[in-house]
Amino acid sequence: MIDRLRVGFLPLVDAALPILAHEFGFAEDEGVVLDLVRDMSWASVSDRLLYGHCDTAHMPAPLAIANTLGLGRPAVQLAAPFVLGLNGNAITMRPDIAAQITRVGGPGNIAETGARLADLIKSGKRLRFGVVHRYSSHNYMLRYWLRGCGMDPNTDVEIVTIAPPYAADALESGEVDGICVGEPWNSVSVERGVGVIVAVTAQIWRRGVEKVLAVKAERLAADPGPYHRLMRALWRAGEAFVDPTKLERIAAILARPEYLNGSAELITGAVSDQILFATGAGRVHVPDFMFQHREAANFPWVSQAAWLYAQMVLAGHVEHTKARYDAAQAVFRPDVYRAALRQLGAPLPGASAKLEGGIIAPTGVGSVQGRLILGAVSFFDGRTFDPDSLNTYLAGG
Amino acid sequence: MRIAIIDESAARAAVIEEGLRDVGLSELAIFSERRGMIGKIEAFAPDVILIDMANPQRDELEEVFTVSRALARPVAMFVDQSDAEAMDAAIEAGVSAYVVDGFAKARIKSVLELAIRRFNAFARLRDELDVAKSALAARTSIDAAKALLIKKRKLDEAAAYALLRKTAMDQGRKIADVAEALLTAEKIMGGL
Repeated sequence: MIDRLRVGFLPLVDAALPILAHEFGFAEDEGVVLDLVRDMSWASVSDRLLYGHCDTAHMPAPLAIANTLGLGRPAVQLAAPFVLGLNGNAITMRPDIAAQITRVGGPGNIAETGARLADLIKSGKRLRFGVVHRYSSHNYMLRYWLRGCGMDPNTDVEIVTIAPPYAADALESGEVDGICVGEPWNSVSVERGVGVIVAVTAQIWRRGVEKVLAVKAERLAADPGPYHRLMRALWRAGEAFVDPTKLERIAAILARPEYLNGSAELITGAVSDQILFATGAGRVHVPDFMFQHREAANFPWVSQAAWLYAQMVLAGHVEHTKARYDAAQAVFRPDVYRAALRQLGAPLPGASAKLEGGIIAPTGVGSVQGRLILGAVSFFDGRTFDPDSLNTYLAGG
Repeated sequence: MRIAIIDESAARAAVIEEGLRDVGLSELAIFSERRGMIGKIEAFAPDVILIDMANPQRDELEEVFTVSRALARPVAMFVDQSDAEAMDAAIEAGVSAYVVDGFAKARIKSVLELAIRRFNAFARLRDELDVAKSALAARTSIDAAKALLIKKRKLDEAAAYALLRKTAMDQGRKIADVAEALLTAEKIMGGL
């Protein structure tokens, strides 16, 4: 039997796995046909998913939580059984400000960069940042960095939403002083000479969760088969994504008009972790700028959802209750991941949650299948997050 | 009822506006320019906001709706949660709506239905225009190819057209495609 699934996505480099699962024939191998539906806003992606026009979607992890909690739309329980990638975003600032806070052209020490940014703000400079969505990891990682460097992201700066296609324009016109956005949009700003990358989000939370595969929990429970097949195809797409011999082909596919409709050269930079920090600086290799496959990167750790929820509370986006915390964590579905990928022989972690930020050096972890070594999972300020001690964490402990 | 129409396509916005005016809804405003839009919408104080689904600004608007004090919290909606058919039609047509919380639902429904019809009508118009445009382009290349044959092969117009048509039939292609190919060859060969 052939299943058809409509998959919503936004034209971003981290929509690569569903696109490649389709283009490389992995989905077809699994007996599932993908109809990829491109949108231009997360609002439209959400509408299509929540009202059943799409079967599943590429979605920022916090937005899947927000939709489940009913922030901005009637609450619909979503499930995220597969992480589509870790990290891959950057903070790009206007060149005049970047020159005051960082060594322009390469990845600096972001704690020092942040300290200089804090000084700038203390001297009376009002800064406005753009993020791609209210409920996005971009927003929460930017806030985490600012807070970790002694600023209050709720009062010391202004944070507004800017859709990715307008990011470069907004920097150029002075509408915002900095943006936190995914690729290729940082590169577009840098190439136009209107922005300089001051930090990549992999420096803020190394191995931080980014987009997830989102599906209505009810749909997933009623008919898990097609979704399991899709997840196996996505896993194989991840394998292809990190294969350097396929880089050129992948960039050419993603650049096509029906997908990102962008520059294959800029996309190549993001996929291969070669980042252009400033105009004329030359590309710099940033290890694991995007992290789509190895070390069970696609495994939905419940502790990742818990961390995001904590940031949503700190941002004032949600008022903490035990019920909401439980609902947010229940969005991430490691049980479904294990059920779908068991037959592929993919490494399957035995635990469903971990101490976020607690892995400083590569460490072997317990697995129910395959050998699994996790690389550093750390926050730039050295803090850790234990999902069982949320209240202590929120109190700053 | 005050209705704001946000559309990067001024032509489509005009089509929607016309439809709404026809049924007596006259408190309308169209917003096409992104810069300064939020302030202008706030000043207009709409009860309903219509925006095309393909507009990247939806995320920016929703953020503003969430935090704005001036705008009375419009919420994303498709008629009524239970009205699956209307929601489907709206998504298919590519129109989305925001309504100020508490505004009479029955009145919104007719506005949205009308917007859906106008969105669909606009899409049809655009398709027809595309067909007309490509027909015109085909006509132009056939005429140019005919002129080329008349000049180079010393044929009269009827014979030139007959040659194009026969070649197309023999090769199972469209006359316009054969004409295109001839013109391309002429361009590459530099008139040899």
